[in-house]
Amino acid sequence: MAAGAAEHVSRTLADHLPILVVLAPFVAAPVAVVIGNRNAARTLAVLATVISLVASWLLLRQVVGGGYISYPIGGWPPPIGIEYRIDAANAFVLLLISAIGTVFLPYAFRSLDHEIPWRNHTLVYCCYLLCLSGLLGIVATGDGFNVFVFLEISSLSTYILVSQGCYRDKRALTAAYDYLIMGTIGAVFFVIGLGMLYMMTGTLNMADLADRIAAQGPNRTLLAAFAFIVVGVSLKVAIFPLHMWLPYAYSHAPSAVTVFLSATATKASIYVLLRFLFSVFQPEFVVATLTPQAVLLPLAIAAMVVMSFVAVFQTDLKRMLAYSSLAHVGYLLLGVALMNVDGLSATIIHLFNHGITKALLFMGAGALVLRVGSTFYDDIAGLGRSMPVMSAAMVIGGLSLVGVPGTAGFVSKWLLVQASFERGWTFAAVLVVASTLLTVVNMWRVFEVLYIRSPNPGSQRQSQPLTSAGGPAGRIADTTGDAPLMMLVPIWILAIACIWFGIDTGLTLGSAQVAAESLLSGSLGMADGAI
Amino acid sequence: MRHHLILRTVSKLLIGAILLFGLYVQFHGDFSPGGGFQAGVIVAVAFILHGIVFGLGMVQRVFPRWLVHKLAAVGVLVYAGTGVLGMFLGYDFLDYGAFSPDHPSHGQHWGILAVELGVGITVAGVMVSVYYAFAGRPPQMSDEDW
Repeated sequence: MAAGAAEHVSRTLADHLPILVVLAPFVAAPVAVVIGNRNAARTLAVLATVISLVASWLLLRQVVGGGYISYPIGGWPPPIGIEYRIDAANAFVLLLISAIGTVFLPYAFRSLDHEIPWRNHTLVYCCYLLCLSGLLGIVATGDGFNVFVFLEISSLSTYILVSQGCYRDKRALTAAYDYLIMGTIGAVFFVIGLGMLYMMTGTLNMADLADRIAAQGPNRTLLAAFAFIVVGVSLKVAIFPLHMWLPYAYSHAPSAVTVFLSATATKASIYVLLRFLFSVFQPEFVVATLTPQAVLLPLAIAAMVVMSFVAVFQTDLKRMLAYSSLAHVGYLLLGVALMNVDGLSATIIHLFNHGITKALLFMGAGALVLRVGSTFYDDIAGLGRSMPVMSAAMVIGGLSLVGVPGTAGFVSKWLLVQASFERGWTFAAVLVVASTLLTVVNMWRVFEVLYIRSPNPGSQRQSQPLTSAGGPAGRIADTTGDAPLMMLVPIWILAIACIWFGIDTGLTLGSAQVAAESLLSGSLGMADGAI
Repeated sequence: MRHHLILRTVSKLLIGAILLFGLYVQFHGDFSPGGGFQAGVIVAVAFILHGIVFGLGMVQRVFPRWLVHKLAAVGVLVYAGTGVLGMFLGYDFLDYGAFSPDHPSHGQHWGILAVELGVGITVAGVMVSVYYAFAGRPPQMSDEDW
């Protein structure tokens, strides 16, 4: 800032990319409220999400070769001011979040029309924009406290979005309340840990924190801060056994909201975990606390096996998918617990692959809700035959979730198994395969219900679409035939992506490896590595 | 016939003073204790006091629900807009030096005033809308609403 006029070099749009990613949805949200029109809110949502997508793509291209971009907020240089720091790891997650947002929006228009009264739509899109900007902010920022602020922005808007499911099922309200309590406890733990770090070092900038922690060496405050932060973030990630809010929130939220949350919210939290484990606390310190071997590994394995097993007994598609998400959090954690480059690449690439796969499957579930009003296996029986195009995409998603070769899910699971062998944890590899077999059971059950079981006329309810403030809902009341085109296109984009990223792993694997290497090498600190 | 004569009279006297004090805390916040958050709460208190004493209907005639919601959003826009304006002038986001390149400290002063104004508007809007949400709740919920 304090530079005089003579020295100031004007910043161009390209310099502003790190903030633009977060700022576009953040500004669009209040504008949508001020205009107060549903269609304007939709337009703004699309516009902002696309700007974020383009910006994060440009950022990823700059940092995929290594190094980082630093952006000082307010022109105050980093250790003093808030810094946004983009490297391969967060550019990749930024791209995932904004890409899911872009694909999700056209789908959400139709699904939200059906499940939420129109008078709420402006505020719902505003909450979506805030949630998106919060998630992107968590990922983009290089400041510890900023992470907390954005975590809260995204969480608070998420609670509201989840509660909007109450128009389909009143239990959404208790689910949202559960999530609110658990999420707040998580945030409190996180901020207590952060406060301890601040007390100890006098800084909140992550890179500066890393430098000063390394200079001070391990002590009890540091260990307490580490424990608080790991537990707090674990609640947000829904690591077994801190997961109970997730199945409720996912199964009762509006279908479109579940799509967005499942693909982005837990992923951003996993990113925070990675960032704090590797960039703030150094890998050596984390290994010395035995966290990866004694805490993350058992929990990862328990999540993989137990949650897949629990999923077998669900009778609701959305709930089954929610439990499967918890199992996949286990895979992500296992990659972290391995503490080697392959394991971490597996985690990062699985963030992406599981994101698109689960978004696809939840979109399919949402399309079923549009037709029959619920996702209970009894209600959706035989719908595969009357909705062939949508169901075919769901089959691809199911295969990718299982990890059949040629799909995105295979790449990450293969990498995970490979990394487990490399580390010498054969049992972990065996359990990954065992959990995969349980996933086969789960997905087969879905396929069987959709395609083989005959429609159940007794329980098949006609969906009652919501109306705009009591008026007629003519154009959304079609309850037969395949899913509408506005839903089919996003569903198939994701289905094709599931296959594309299973075959062409250049982008995903490339950036995941660069990201994993840079994370494992610890923080760059305040040393000048900016590009 | 009209209850609480003293309360009504005193609060009518007080509300103007409270608003004035809110503005003082808002715009003197850069030199003395205060700032947008405190000022927003104080301004909101004026409306909440009016609502408590004269009833929700009266205060909502002056400060209707929709206006409160818009104000909460406008404040955020003022804050973000100040930052974006700096970006258009070729500086970093929220770099207030942009407003007075020759005297960056003056720019900082103006920038912080604008940003704090945004904070004040949003806080006042949110506080009043929290009050409206609680006060406007129907005393009992019917079975259909549940």
